Amino acid sequence: MKTTALMGTVAAIALTGGAAFAAEGDTLAQVKQRGELICGVHTGLAGFAAPDANGNWSGFDVAFCKALAAAVLGDATKVRYVPTTGQTRFTALSSGEVDVLARNSTWTFSRDTDLKLDFVGVNYYDGQGFMVRRDLGVTSAKELDGATICIQTGTTTELNLADYFRANNMNYQPVNIDTSAEGEQQYIAGACDAYTTDASGLASLRAAFADPENHVILPEIISKEPLGPAVRHGDSNWADIARWTLYALIAAEEYGVTSANIDELAANSGNPDVQRLLGSTDNLGAMIGLDAEWAKRAIKASGNYGEIFASTIGEQTPIGLARGLNAQWTQGGLQYAMPFR
Amino acid sequence: MTELSAPEKVPFRLSMLVYDRRYRSMTFQVVVFILFMAIGWWLVDNTLRNLAIMGKDFNFSFLWQRAGYDIPQTPIPYTADDTHFRAAMVGLLNTLIVSILGCIAATVLGVIIGVARLSKNWLIARLMTIYVEIFRNIPLLLWILIILAVFTELLPPPNAFRGENPTASMILFDSVALTNRYTAVPTLTMSNDPGSLPLGARITIDWAVIAFAVALIGGWLVRRAINGWAQRAQDRSGRRPTTWWINLAVMVLPSLALIRYFGIDLIEPELRGFNFTGGMNLQNALVVLWLALTLYTAAFIAEIVRAGIMAVSKGQTEAAYALGLQPNRTMRLVVLPQALRVIVPPLISQYLNLTKNSSLAIAVGYMDLRGTLGGTTLNQTGRELESIVLMMLIYLALSLIISGVMNIYNARVRLKER
Repeated sequence: MKTTALMGTVAAIALTGGAAFAAEGDTLAQVKQRGELICGVHTGLAGFAAPDANGNWSGFDVAFCKALAAAVLGDATKVRYVPTTGQTRFTALSSGEVDVLARNSTWTFSRDTDLKLDFVGVNYYDGQGFMVRRDLGVTSAKELDGATICIQTGTTTELNLADYFRANNMNYQPVNIDTSAEGEQQYIAGACDAYTTDASGLASLRAAFADPENHVILPEIISKEPLGPAVRHGDSNWADIARWTLYALIAAEEYGVTSANIDELAANSGNPDVQRLLGSTDNLGAMIGLDAEWAKRAIKASGNYGEIFASTIGEQTPIGLARGLNAQWTQGGLQYAMPFR
Repeated sequence: MTELSAPEKVPFRLSMLVYDRRYRSMTFQVVVFILFMAIGWWLVDNTLRNLAIMGKDFNFSFLWQRAGYDIPQTPIPYTADDTHFRAAMVGLLNTLIVSILGCIAATVLGVIIGVARLSKNWLIARLMTIYVEIFRNIPLLLWILIILAVFTELLPPPNAFRGENPTASMILFDSVALTNRYTAVPTLTMSNDPGSLPLGARITIDWAVIAFAVALIGGWLVRRAINGWAQRAQDRSGRRPTTWWINLAVMVLPSLALIRYFGIDLIEPELRGFNFTGGMNLQNALVVLWLALTLYTAAFIAEIVRAGIMAVSKGQTEAAYALGLQPNRTMRLVVLPQALRVIVPPLISQYLNLTKNSSLAIAVGYMDLRGTLGGTTLNQTGRELESIVLMMLIYLALSLIISGVMNIYNARVRLKER
């Protein structure tokens, strides 16, 4: 009898304690209270997310984190970057270790549904490609029958690779690697004939080589890899904030709002679209729990989508990626911001 | 002898649970047990609760979905169309392969080093001391990475074997190629292949392999019978009949006959396209991991062996010498059997360590259980908890089996008290 009562007490304590550990809730309130946005990024991919010698992160994905921090907290520097590997990224997000994941992650059905993530948009339309040494004399992925191919484990690229070689009736020998740094070492030493990952990642990797001109990226793109930031499933308001921050950056390019002219346009733009976006008229920010100037701050953080692209991975940078599919829809690309209205 | 008076009947009070020595230990055990159960229950409950909040459930049906990824080394037939379960089994077999190879090699190397460390030769003894101290005092992961780097950077890529004036050449009469991807070795081919025995689930065993196993085991049994007969003859007449040539014939002739019958020949690896084909390519991942696990664990085993030998009193050796036994027979018949009693129990834990350490395979991309079930499967299905729990259970079962088997062996060699 006494034991039962004691067990009951212990059970009650356990019950209340159990609830306290839940990693759920209002992400916006948590971020504001913390005064810091925690952003899951790549462990180091030149152009997308990489720390410099002083530990300051920069890159295409990092710029999104900065814009989001500027929109929510009013300060683009209040971001803590948590490097995540291909294996740890989704766990880090779903366990609440990071608020948002901006890490070249492909938007797929199972990740969106079964993994309980919400992809808020696409910041880079990518596809999987192959890189080989120029002296190998290979000009097409169809010539890779029997090749040894380095591939990062735990990524969608592993599945695409298997599917592509089966569909084309070719054989290959996979060399599984854990991080892209290790893959680089193996590829350079010739332990694999080809390296495969998203084409943007290949360009980024090649830019870091001592002899980029001796490596070619093959023309075949074997998959669709829409890369985008993701948040946890279930906090729709936080997802809205992340989604519309991304759209604000894209819309800003479409409307010609740059980090240079933004203050002037906010004060006296004749374009009602721009006025709504920058919060000069209509208080759109209030609808997502922010103030009127959220988008203005987000754009000011690192510039609009086009500026971010050009300064981190564009043709003027060592990465040297063309806009391609990532041009504005008005320029024949796929980047299309939903209307701010 | 005075009669003890009957103890006074004290009525039971609650405070006696703490202050009365008769009940105290029981009280504490009950309290600790309840606390322990409560913590365990809290952990499980908390997990289920949080899973429910995230909208996830706990089930293993993902194991029967299509895996979709390839594995470089497959001991049983496996393609990307197979299930995650089969991928996990391939991973488990890969774990077993590297663990068993590692245990055998580490034991051999460890015994040699342990004995050599006790050598009277100053140089050998010191060299072995240096080996032991270097290998056991640097983390295993670093050894794995260093050995991988050596293999990747120093060995030539298959390309280097090509052309008119190749920069690299094959060794052992042009039959083995050491490359920075794999070691290409010759394989066997049969002109008279009897097929294979299906075991279900697309796993097969070649009849030829079974035939050789039967021939070798049969030969060994016959040899034992012959030796028993020779022993009895010796006991009876004092003269041991010469048996070595019969033994040799029994062990070797059936195998030679089988080789001839099956028409077994060697196929040497040959560079075609990007890679060597024809022979068998031993992945460097396996070789690197095996080497690192062996070198690392051998350092520990060497110390265990040294301790075991030193635990046998010097008088035993001296007594054996006094009886006229030669040094190597003294070691084999007197010292080692006694040393084994000391060596085997810590050796078990080294085997367990090696098996568990093999999960560092991910560092070299060797697809073991951690790389398949705990790596790609976990990532592609997002079933972290299920995968990790399953992996823990498998490693637990594996370790318990190893220690069970080794305990049986230990029971056989330990000091018999009659």
